[in-house]
Amino acid sequence: MDKIDAIVVGGGLAGLSAAYKLAEAGKQVILLERGDAPGSKNVTGGRIYVGPVRKYLPEIMDSAPFERHVVKEMVTVLDDTSALSCEYTNKKWRQGPYMSYTVLRARFDSWFADQAAAKGAFIIPKKKVESLLWEDGKVAGIKSGPEEIGAHVVIAADGALSFMAEQAGMRGPHKPQNLAVAVKEIYQLDEKVIEDRFGLENDEGAAGLYMGSVTQGMFGGGFLYTNRDTLSVGLVLGIHQLASNDHGLDAPSLMESFTGRPEIRRFIKGGELKEYSAHIISEAGIGTMPKLVAGGMLIAGDAAGFALNLGLTVRGMEFAIASGVMAAETAIEALNQNDTSAATLSGYEKRLRESFVLPDMETFRNAREVLDRQRLFTVYPRFICELFDELFTIDDGPKEGLYASAKRVAKKYVLNIDTIKDLLAARKL
Amino acid sequence: MTKKVEEKIALNAIKNDVKSHILLNQSICAGCKERMCIRVCPAHLYSRNEETGEMVVEYAGCLECGTCLIACTYGSIKWDYPSGEYGVQYRYG
Repeated sequence: MDKIDAIVVGGGLAGLSAAYKLAEAGKQVILLERGDAPGSKNVTGGRIYVGPVRKYLPEIMDSAPFERHVVKEMVTVLDDTSALSCEYTNKKWRQGPYMSYTVLRARFDSWFADQAAAKGAFIIPKKKVESLLWEDGKVAGIKSGPEEIGAHVVIAADGALSFMAEQAGMRGPHKPQNLAVAVKEIYQLDEKVIEDRFGLENDEGAAGLYMGSVTQGMFGGGFLYTNRDTLSVGLVLGIHQLASNDHGLDAPSLMESFTGRPEIRRFIKGGELKEYSAHIISEAGIGTMPKLVAGGMLIAGDAAGFALNLGLTVRGMEFAIASGVMAAETAIEALNQNDTSAATLSGYEKRLRESFVLPDMETFRNAREVLDRQRLFTVYPRFICELFDELFTIDDGPKEGLYASAKRVAKKYVLNIDTIKDLLAARKL
Repeated sequence: MTKKVEEKIALNAIKNDVKSHILLNQSICAGCKERMCIRVCPAHLYSRNEETGEMVVEYAGCLECGTCLIACTYGSIKWDYPSGEYGVQYRYG
């Protein structure tokens, strides 16, 4: 079979980064994307941290069509009828180079694809890769419809579901407890209205996280990001908890309740709903990572399970970009040596270990275990809200001493052995 | 302000194939009591036909997240991406 240098499966950030680097190095590379254009099947919650990846793709990171740089973090803890919000901002976030940006993937990815094409990558949309081709126990290309394309290296960047990794026997079936589903709505509003509502200057953005009764006690939380003239509003829900909940709760109804909360309604008020999307997120961390390397094949981005949810920060896109670049660098080196065996390609893992990707995944190995404690989504939000309720409320009776109130509420919720267990678990984070 | 999920999906750009990319094994579904697919699908595509008792999936509004495939631990769902050119095309993402 005739072979080109490399095939990339999937036009997300991992795949595009890989194709860009391969093309830049003068390698023949075809990227196959099943959507109408790269980005059209991709969804993000909303924010990319550019610090970790600027050095991998400086020209892309510095000119990408991001939405707004984030200068304000808002955290809201909610009970059924009450909420406590806090905001954090720092002057340094208002000065470049910016730490993080809000982003919409249809726009960013299709722009990125144009940059990769300009470097010489062949970006072919509307092509779904059905299966891998094999030769002497090594991956040797792909099959898309009636077409077979041979390649010395296949980079699977086909997203969190990654049928390629499964077909290659590099990972087992997905388990509900290892993944979450994100549901997102896009609301269009005037730029100035967004800036006024969030207290932002030109180009500045805000990011919001919501935890507590928005998931009715299930693992997950809400998010809100300000784009240029739209808001991204959504919920992340553990698939296992959603599947096994006894209250008949489903994602659409939770989303309706979330956007109906006054804490969210005030931001999206008057906005026109433009899109309703959903996507899965790997939440299991390094413990369930697939094999990353096989003969003739590398796995990058979400397909490799590279994502990290630490509650207050949720990351994925940086891992995708960095791993895509490193997959390309590994492939380039192997192609130059005319050897794309598993042994040569294993340099990919070494590169990942020497970067931030695997060390970060390793440091936060237990993040899911710590965050997936039900009390975090039930008892603590209720405690915080009730405590503030007691402190702020003046009613007709005589007021109890503040310390006595706080102690009573704390006793009710957190002065117990379960809290100690949760604190002990938190040491693993 | 409240919208039904069907109305929300109608806002998306979706090109539907004539054949479904989601197939159910009714004999497995018949033995399932939890019907996790109904709860987890963000597009509300799953339902049970009250007359026949069979599970029904409307592939046309699929958001292609794959949550149903992961949630159905009985393995009843055969799910693939729609072929190239079809399915949802996110304009924002």
